[in-house]
Amino acid sequence: MAKSHIELTINGKKVEALVEPRTLLIHFLREQQNLTGAHIGCDTGHCGACTVEMDDMSVKSCMTFAVQANGASITTIEGMANPDGTLSALQEGFRMMHGLQCGYCTPGMILRAHRLLKENPAPTEDEIRNGIAGNLCRCTGYVNIVKAIQYAAAKINGTPFQEAAE
Amino acid sequence: MIPGTFDYHRPATVEDAVGLLSRLGEEANILAGGHSLIPLMKTRLASPEHLVDLSGIGNLKGISVEGGDVIIGAMTTQHELINSDELARHLPIIAETSRLIADPQIRYKGTFGGNVANGDPGNDMPALMMCLGASYSVTGPDGSREIAARDFYQGAYFTSLEHGEILTAVRIPIPSPDHGYAYEKLKRKVGDYATAAAAVVITMEGGKCTSASIGLTNVSETPLWASEAASMLVGTSLDKASVDAAVAAAEAITEPASDMRGPAEYRTKMAGVMMRRALERAQSRAKG
Repeated sequence: MAKSHIELTINGKKVEALVEPRTLLIHFLREQQNLTGAHIGCDTGHCGACTVEMDDMSVKSCMTFAVQANGASITTIEGMANPDGTLSALQEGFRMMHGLQCGYCTPGMILRAHRLLKENPAPTEDEIRNGIAGNLCRCTGYVNIVKAIQYAAAKINGTPFQEAAE
Repeated sequence: MIPGTFDYHRPATVEDAVGLLSRLGEEANILAGGHSLIPLMKTRLASPEHLVDLSGIGNLKGISVEGGDVIIGAMTTQHELINSDELARHLPIIAETSRLIADPQIRYKGTFGGNVANGDPGNDMPALMMCLGASYSVTGPDGSREIAARDFYQGAYFTSLEHGEILTAVRIPIPSPDHGYAYEKLKRKVGDYATAAAAVVITMEGGKCTSASIGLTNVSETPLWASEAASMLVGTSLDKASVDAAVAAAEAITEPASDMRGPAEYRTKMAGVMMRRALERAQSRAKG
């Protein structure tokens, strides 16, 4: 089977590659681009650990072929820090609010939350919970993940962050 | 899990896509959002030799109003349906239903055309399209034709679509601005297919129901249009006795499988419960 030539932008960098059409985007990112931040969790499209940003969409990269990303702009967790290398608001939120335990779901959670806040800069708790409904976390019970996203939203909007009462 | 090998094609027009499908034959599959097909390919339940990706065909996307109809391009995503002002104005039940499909990531990629065309009885849009009296525009090697949603579904994964035909758009008559609507879906968790679901569209005048249409999801090999149940409601005030009788008539046409979502008897009853709730909510939204 003929390989396909693809050109795309990953974390701001132009990339050209030859891929088998059956290569999934997650395998292309992890194995050909050495970007191992996006994880393979369930490999069936349920868990969201493989979530990356693709042309203003949150996409499960285990359910997308690399050829489908031809011409696209992709952001992974490796591209989420501020240009000066400091943590972005979301990364800082997950750190400050203890939004992770084992950390396996975190890259997917942060990429999904990134798109959520782009579309809805001041979400309610309910909107956050619905917004991350495609990302499973088996450690935290989600409470601190929600707080981490609220922290980031407040920081981005320049509003005070008030931790909800338990 | 890695799918079998295939050749990838990304035509730029519907004509090219139809030509590819007829040249490549039965071993070619259409790729839309891919979120039903790719999991099947990863588990090797599907091993197409060719994929014809429709995402490069610009005019398959978009929502427009033409006369008294809304036209939705097949490659329009669930995410776009949710955010459409045109649909919010004319057919808010489409966004309500879309929000209950899968999860946010899948709604960015999952397409309206894929949902109505692949024949999965678990998909939510088919019963809604039957409820709304939609028709599907289909293009194949012998030209184009229109198929009513109510005639389209023949069995599980078996529709009136012939191999080599592409569903390009869906045409939906705009209901009266006073209509009431609701889509009620029982599911075990976010992202699940329905245990049972019901789409209801009604109009009311002076406290009486003047028209009703009901679709049922995932309680048979195909989506169901409960036309007899709906006609029993017309002329009534949607009083308890009338609704009870209509719910019984709708339950009677269901034929669900017993599976991990519950035994058949339970799923039949849940279809009735979803219909009852959808009717109540539709009535509360109907003006007149």
